[in-house]
Amino acid sequence: MARFQVYNCTTGDDFTCQEGQSVLKAMEQWGLKCVPVGCRGGGCGICKVRVIEGEYRCGKMSRVHAPPEAIEQGEVLACRIYPVTDLTIECLEPSAPGDTSEQTTRALR
Amino acid sequence: MKKGVMRPGHVQIRVLDMGEAVKHYTELLGMIETDRDDQGRVYLKAWTEVDKFSLVLREADEPGCDFMGFKVVDEDTLVQLEKDLVAYGVEVEQVPAEDLKDCGRRVRFTVPSGHAFELYADKKYTGKWGVSSVNPEAWPRGLQGMKAVRFDHCLFYGPELAATYDIFVNVLGFHLAEQVLDPEGTRVAQFLTVSMKEHDVAFIHHEEKGKFHHASFFLDTWEAVLRAADLISMTDTSIDIGPTRHGLTHGQTIYFFDPSGNRNEVFCGGDYFYPDHKPVTWQAEQLGKAIFYHDRQVNERFMTVLT
Repeated sequence: MARFQVYNCTTGDDFTCQEGQSVLKAMEQWGLKCVPVGCRGGGCGICKVRVIEGEYRCGKMSRVHAPPEAIEQGEVLACRIYPVTDLTIECLEPSAPGDTSEQTTRALR
Repeated sequence: MKKGVMRPGHVQIRVLDMGEAVKHYTELLGMIETDRDDQGRVYLKAWTEVDKFSLVLREADEPGCDFMGFKVVDEDTLVQLEKDLVAYGVEVEQVPAEDLKDCGRRVRFTVPSGHAFELYADKKYTGKWGVSSVNPEAWPRGLQGMKAVRFDHCLFYGPELAATYDIFVNVLGFHLAEQVLDPEGTRVAQFLTVSMKEHDVAFIHHEEKGKFHHASFFLDTWEAVLRAADLISMTDTSIDIGPTRHGLTHGQTIYFFDPSGNRNEVFCGGDYFYPDHKPVTWQAEQLGKAIFYHDRQVNERFMTVLT
């Protein structure tokens, strides 16, 4: 199974991520805390990072926390990215409260 | 129940991937899929529930909660409560019968915390799953996972707790069972009941409107909560915290996330409520103990991770 190195240039941590494993899951398995951990399901936006270098596959993420234009800039949720090469990431502030209220999907039947 | 609101009836939750969500709520929580509709929504129930569904899943690009519905005793009550809401200045929306399959008309309104609620009187009575209503056995065989007993309550995060309280208590007949007060005496958490349970719905103060903290499902015993914890590990499901005990309500609990990041709770036990009970108060200085009675520390993820 392929393994990739993930380097967090904000904190200086680096760790190994297995093929098919999310960056956040790999980080947790190594006992590191260099990206905050939330729901681990692409829903809450807490683990937002920017990928500066490297290729990865994306799983489904909440559109309010990772809209298409952000994904294009490499701003993604660490729980939902799966490296296919070595990656360099940096930490971002999680989406602040109030940021997203206007975009929030409201009650639908 | 003095105004005729009887109990939580359903919750509609948005999920990013329907296949993963259905697997989670059926194979892990042990709910039973009862139907699907032409909008792609999936209907589920827990085995002791007598109506056709209590959980509706809708695929969307943002997780969270669309609405929570309460069942009222009958149509006359629904008519009266609708009048009462309008008279109180609450804007109501009519959702026609059969919009949710086998559910009667619903009266929907949004409270000042930003959350949508509904009242309805009718839903198809299918009886408890897997057991007869005559000489019933203790439980059905063939239940999966945690064998959730019932959908119990939701906790929502949002502003305007006082105005939200007014609608639930003054118009809908809920009681305040427990509260958290800050040093100035402002209520920052309110646990509201319309039954003997410690809460049928709860709110915690948060600046952003309309956020969803968790949907909770009841289990019979502490042993079942520990078994749920085992299943969470066996299935490599995202855990939040537990098994532990709450100070608020004193329920024994474990929290985890569905595959879209919506928080779930399964719990057992907890205090009971009668309408002559005065509210239980927790001081905000004791918030850590109020929320997690054993850790006694405010848990950052529990307070900030929402959908």
